[in-house]
Amino acid sequence: MTTVMTDPLPTAPRDPKANRLGLVLKEYQGAESTLCAGCGHDAITSSIVKAFFEMGVEPYRVAKLSGIGCSSKTTNYFMGQAHGINSVHGRMAAVATGASLANRVLVSIGISGDGDTASIGLSHFLHMVRRNVPIIYVIENNGCYGLTKGQFSATADRGSVKKGGLVVNQSLPIDCCALAIQMGCGFVARTFSGDTKQVRTLLKAAIAYRGTAVLDIVSPCVTFNNHEGSTKSVAYARENEDPLHEIGFVPHYEQITVEYDSGTTKVVEMPDGSTITLSKLDHDYDSHDRIRALALLDKAREELLFYTGLIYYNGAMAPLDQQMNLVDEPLATLPESRVRPSRETLAEIMESFQ
Amino acid sequence: MNVATHRVPHPTPAVSTTKINDLVLKIATANGSGSQSANLILMRAIFHMGIPVSSKNLFPSNIQGLPTWFTIRANEDGWIGQKTNVDVLIAMNAETAAQDLADLHPGAIVIINEALKRFVVRTDLTVFTVPFSKLVEQVCEDTRLRKMVANIIYVGVAAFLLYIEMDEVRNAITTQFARKPKAAKLNGDAAALGYSWAKEHLEEQSVCRLRRTNKTKGNIIIEGNEATALGALFGGVTFVSWYPITPSSSFAETLSYYLEKYRRDPDTGKATYAVVQAEDELAAIAMVVGAGWAGARAITGTSGPGVSLMAELAGFSYFAEVPAVIVDVQRMGPSTGLPTRTSQGDIAKAYQLSHGDCKHILLIPGNIRECFEFAGEALELAESFQTLVLLMTDLDLAMNKWLSEPFDFPNKLLARGKVLTAEDLGQDGSFARYRDVDGDGIPYRTLPATNHPNAGYFTRGTGHTESAGYTEDPVQWHNNLDRLAKKFDTARDRVPRPVIELVPRTKTGIIAYGSSDLAVREARRLLETRHELASSYLRLRALPVNHEVHDFIAGHPVVYVVEQNRDAQMASILRSEYPELAPRIRSVLHYNGLPIDAETIVSQIVDRQTSKEIKP
Ligand SMILES: Cc1ncc(C[n+]2csc(CCOP(=O)(O)OP(=O)(O)O)c2C)c(N)n1
Ligand code: SF4
Ligand SMILES: [Mg+2]
Repeated sequence: MTTVMTDPLPTAPRDPKANRLGLVLKEYQGAESTLCAGCGHDAITSSIVKAFFEMGVEPYRVAKLSGIGCSSKTTNYFMGQAHGINSVHGRMAAVATGASLANRVLVSIGISGDGDTASIGLSHFLHMVRRNVPIIYVIENNGCYGLTKGQFSATADRGSVKKGGLVVNQSLPIDCCALAIQMGCGFVARTFSGDTKQVRTLLKAAIAYRGTAVLDIVSPCVTFNNHEGSTKSVAYARENEDPLHEIGFVPHYEQITVEYDSGTTKVVEMPDGSTITLSKLDHDYDSHDRIRALALLDKAREELLFYTGLIYYNGAMAPLDQQMNLVDEPLATLPESRVRPSRETLAEIMESFQ
Repeated sequence: MNVATHRVPHPTPAVSTTKINDLVLKIATANGSGSQSANLILMRAIFHMGIPVSSKNLFPSNIQGLPTWFTIRANEDGWIGQKTNVDVLIAMNAETAAQDLADLHPGAIVIINEALKRFVVRTDLTVFTVPFSKLVEQVCEDTRLRKMVANIIYVGVAAFLLYIEMDEVRNAITTQFARKPKAAKLNGDAAALGYSWAKEHLEEQSVCRLRRTNKTKGNIIIEGNEATALGALFGGVTFVSWYPITPSSSFAETLSYYLEKYRRDPDTGKATYAVVQAEDELAAIAMVVGAGWAGARAITGTSGPGVSLMAELAGFSYFAEVPAVIVDVQRMGPSTGLPTRTSQGDIAKAYQLSHGDCKHILLIPGNIRECFEFAGEALELAESFQTLVLLMTDLDLAMNKWLSEPFDFPNKLLARGKVLTAEDLGQDGSFARYRDVDGDGIPYRTLPATNHPNAGYFTRGTGHTESAGYTEDPVQWHNNLDRLAKKFDTARDRVPRPVIELVPRTKTGIIAYGSSDLAVREARRLLETRHELASSYLRLRALPVNHEVHDFIAGHPVVYVVEQNRDAQMASILRSEYPELAPRIRSVLHYNGLPIDAETIVSQIVDRQTSKEIKP
């Protein structure tokens, strides 16, 4: 048996519908979506709204970052009070690296597409992961370029059929989860936009995590990649989703004592005191085993399997701002006295050039 | 005489034709042979004799083996720009010796390795042959070090022949090897041996000599990249991202060094800065834009190929109005081009970098002090104007050693631009990110993590309304572009003003910028003394230009624009800025990869002047 104890709740009187900050769900919403009705990306947006609301993250502390694509547009559709930057195609991971170092109190969430991440931005994605930039990095993976009208992306499975049925993808897919694990990522998840409970739970755990958290979310493009022969369609995802475990999350501020059967449930203690619970379903899977995680993903790629869940977790790695030993305050707003060395220092340096 | 304490002038008096303190000394060696230390020791010794001195290191894109030339110019009156007419050659490289000797003017002095004696076929040179290999055996047992130590021996020989004080040579050696006392001893012995051997075996020469004076007191010798790095340091930089490329790498490396040394919190040891060596220049500028958006004072350094990669984000910075600074240390050509040669070939590209309608602020330092000052200014302007600023230096400024007065501590407080805090926003819900509240085209911004419900806004490259909402409305797009143009016009009088020297009654004006300055000033003197052509001079220090540039061109019927590129890039910008003045503008162009020199400018101007305009 494992027992989980966490901090007491704040005791402010509250709107029954409000979160621990006294904010209601509406305050986590953004502009109205302009995506196609039924687009998987919109479902993810709703999950993000709920996850941040339920976690009680102050919207003003959130930085929303994205590249270009239908997916990247969605940062406008949640948390309207937060700052957002819809940057350029493929470079968001690098933009986020700069932003998160400029202000380490930010809670950064990056939204990207499979084109944005696995093609044009692949190198920045890998380098962001290996640096362990503190960010929740969401790949809204529809196997195609939605915004430019449905071309195959680099995550399309071999043998996938393009809309119209004439073109079959011959290239092997890039698996962003496998790459992330290889780059040392400590939080790697794959899920499905339609599995809103799992998406939300994973997002909440990602919010509690400090470091790069990669969420590869299969998110069907209902307009260009939702047909027979696509492995990223709604129907395909629903039929083939195979959860590795049932995921639960208890944030650090919730005082609950839960008893788990350690035979069926693995408890992951996060550095901030939050807890992820992974309850056994059909698989006996250990999210702490890197090699097994990679083997699983390899098998999934070969056999076109769609495993979802927390594929890999390791809470031991310091995020980039900690590695760099930055001052506690945001670099962005440090006063002159802390960022301009003294007159005497200049004199000393000048002397060294004489 | 005891060599070790030798300080007084040599017994043989200088004859009346002896050039005193006016020397061009060229040293031909192979890359990676350790000659750089020897050359710097010579330069430093001359500097400490009080003689203005500069050096140009002409090196290949190679780590070891290819030819390299180091040219020291010393001149009592401060004419230390590029000069191709060599007085003294030290020939150490067999591969280039034939050509090096052939290039000399009659009467030049040659100090040559005995092993290369066969290359001396001319009889109109004064040749001193030195058995470097034999000498080096006397001081250096380690055969592996001999090639390097031989170089220090030529320092001693040159000191004897050119009257460079050995005390200053010794001091320079101590400085050069401050952290390696063993090497200091070995090199000191080698220099002394060279000197005493020369004294015993060589005749004194009276073609050109150096003599102690007092023109460098308090001055420093520094490279442009070091100065730029220090400018950023004292300009309060908080974020740096870069990708290595010659000739800009030493900017970021020097900056990192000083940040590490001087920008750790004294109490906690924590860093008040972040430096990221990026995966490429796309990432470097993306990180800078991300950091600038979040409120850091952010900078990157690169050269032409990197600037090309940064183009897309440059446009984003311009249009989404995010502060960013790129230091462009210009080099020759696309791709590999001539990566170790200088150029001013990025001006036009940088000015309009990216797609759509883009115009950027360019700061163009003309000397080493301005490298320092403009780096801080670039950070300042980027935040004040919420836009990309490019600091345009070049390889000549950035990687050569320059004499300079020490830098002044910045005389104004750091300005962070129009940033609204939560208190500023107060109860007022009217914040609109892209509204021109003050009529100068510069809107107000908020930083992420500003604790106010109205602070957040959405930054995008797509069309946006005043309040940062999405729009494709033609009128809004048009108005926004007009506001950006207005902002650019506001910058005209906020960027460093041109430096103007008006000469009454002359019809000729010269406009130049960047590292051409010294050569232009020397050329003006030569034009006046040799050709009785007086000229006014305007040195551009930034784009966009202001009315002073207009008035200068309008005030001179003939204006030469001197630049180190083939396509007259600045002249084109000026012509399109002032079409009515275009016929007055002529170009002086230099683009062979070497720094521009005064003679090139003089000859092109003399060629272009009509007989009425000039006395031959
Ligand atoms: C430099 C550049 N090249 C190409 C494009 C065109 N483009 C816009 S979105 C996109 C692909 C987006 O695909 P993905 O990231 O998967 O997003 P989705 O629309 O599928 O959500 C492309 C190629 C661009 N905006 N910028
Ligand atoms: S094109 Fe596809 S990805 Fe884009 S909004 Fe429509 S359904 Fe979504
Ligand atoms: Mg896609």
